[in-house]
Amino acid sequence: MREELLRLIENNSRIELAELATMLGASEAAVANEIAELEKSGVICGYYTLINWDNTDEEKVDALIEVRVNTQRDMGFDSIAERIYKFDEVKTCYLISGAYDFLVMLEGKTMRQVAAFVSNKLSPVEFVTGTATHFILKRYKDFGTVLGEVKKDERERISL
Amino acid sequence: MQPSGIRKFFDIVAEMPDAISLGVGEPDFDTPWHIREAGIYSLEKGRTFYTSNAGLMELRKEIAAYYERKHRLTYDPVSETFITVGGSEAIDMALRAMLDPGDEVIIPEPCYVSYVPCARLAGGVPVTIPLKEYNEFRLTPEELEAAITEKTKVLVLAFPNNPTGAIMEEKDLVPIAKICRERDIFVVSDEIYGELTYTGKPHMTIASLPGMQERTIVINGFSKAYAMTGWRLGFAVGPKEIISQMLKLHQYAIMCAPTTSQYAGVEALRNGDEDVAKMREAYNQRRRYLVKELNDMGLHCFEPYGAFYVFPSIQHLGITSDEFATRLLEQEKLAVVPGTAFGDCGEGFLRISYAYSLAELKEALGRIRHFIENNF
Repeated sequence: MREELLRLIENNSRIELAELATMLGASEAAVANEIAELEKSGVICGYYTLINWDNTDEEKVDALIEVRVNTQRDMGFDSIAERIYKFDEVKTCYLISGAYDFLVMLEGKTMRQVAAFVSNKLSPVEFVTGTATHFILKRYKDFGTVLGEVKKDERERISL
Repeated sequence: MQPSGIRKFFDIVAEMPDAISLGVGEPDFDTPWHIREAGIYSLEKGRTFYTSNAGLMELRKEIAAYYERKHRLTYDPVSETFITVGGSEAIDMALRAMLDPGDEVIIPEPCYVSYVPCARLAGGVPVTIPLKEYNEFRLTPEELEAAITEKTKVLVLAFPNNPTGAIMEEKDLVPIAKICRERDIFVVSDEIYGELTYTGKPHMTIASLPGMQERTIVINGFSKAYAMTGWRLGFAVGPKEIISQMLKLHQYAIMCAPTTSQYAGVEALRNGDEDVAKMREAYNQRRRYLVKELNDMGLHCFEPYGAFYVFPSIQHLGITSDEFATRLLEQEKLAVVPGTAFGDCGEGFLRISYAYSLAELKEALGRIRHFIENNF
């Protein structure tokens, strides 16, 4: 049940417990226990809402930043990452393979604010040797969801 | 010949713009993008010509490989497989190829609407068996024996079943196969829903039982498993004596199945297992939900383990399936298909499709509940 439950709520965290139980062919108590267990063991880390801010009046800028670092004997990737992801402005931080080391995603109110963060906070972090900032111009798809797409049932009604 | 019962019903639905429907017999999923993309690529490459009459060899090899992989059955791609315009063409071709005038075709009902008319068009005589809910709409050896005469030539087996959602498992198929061998009856096994079973065990084809491969035409296709209804792509596998006759009819009537669809089909068989698994899981969740909710509101339904239909009973309400469906449509603007569209023995039942999103199913169930509370 565990994997099927996770796949189910990964795409829709708002299915009620009773329905979840029916859909999985399990009892409500069993599903509730399983979810509690998954939360406790750090498999389920949070429940979020996917918002397309472009459709609101709120001004926001998002940026992807490539960060290159120099690791040292006593300062590996994990320790450097911590110095970066502790900033509230950082929404996402990954260690990646390829030409640079970390991929950092930032959210700010204006481009200037993001630029200020990069030059005043991120670049000066010890062991950071270079950054490249990419502003996001448009979001088409996030977390598997095509933004702004409204699915319409186009099946014609003559089916056998 | 009568027009299809479902069609008549949906003509009315089509004129009600705000009606919602649980009547559609096709997946609500889009064809997975990598499969669509393979079709697009074939167009870009200019693969816009006919294929051979029997279909692309590449696709027929994939079909043979599929039966080897899933059912441990060996078919020669050249002489024992061919590609059709949907499973529905294969049904027609199989019956035309196999029947002589006056031959009897045993057709268990309720079933898909085309077997009886196709048998008639081929000069055959349809002999229907009314299946029983207390047998979970499975065919029993006693029912089959009772329907056999000296003129019986073909048994049409359609499991997992539309409209009941019934399946036939190994224990059910073994005695049926024994009778077919003893009485020299051929089987047309329509397994279009074969990928959609929910017992945890894969679907079993009757062709895989001893002595059955040489007397069974298996009909299958891409519509239900890969959500490819509009591509019109199906196939038949079976003994070469029959396939070659079907192919003759096919080449005069059809030429070949659409080339673009065939290229997409190659991709589906090669890389589509995961897509099928995902859709199967979603169907299964909706199925459990629907069965429970319907039973909770007093519409008893046996647990259907295949396809994407539930077949609840309304016998206790004292009205006919037609009346129920018509009044439900008028009062709640919700369309379900009366069981009688699939044979007289469908009286007292409704076919409800779960090829709909959970949100749509919820809305529809609310309307059914409201309808029952108001009327009974």
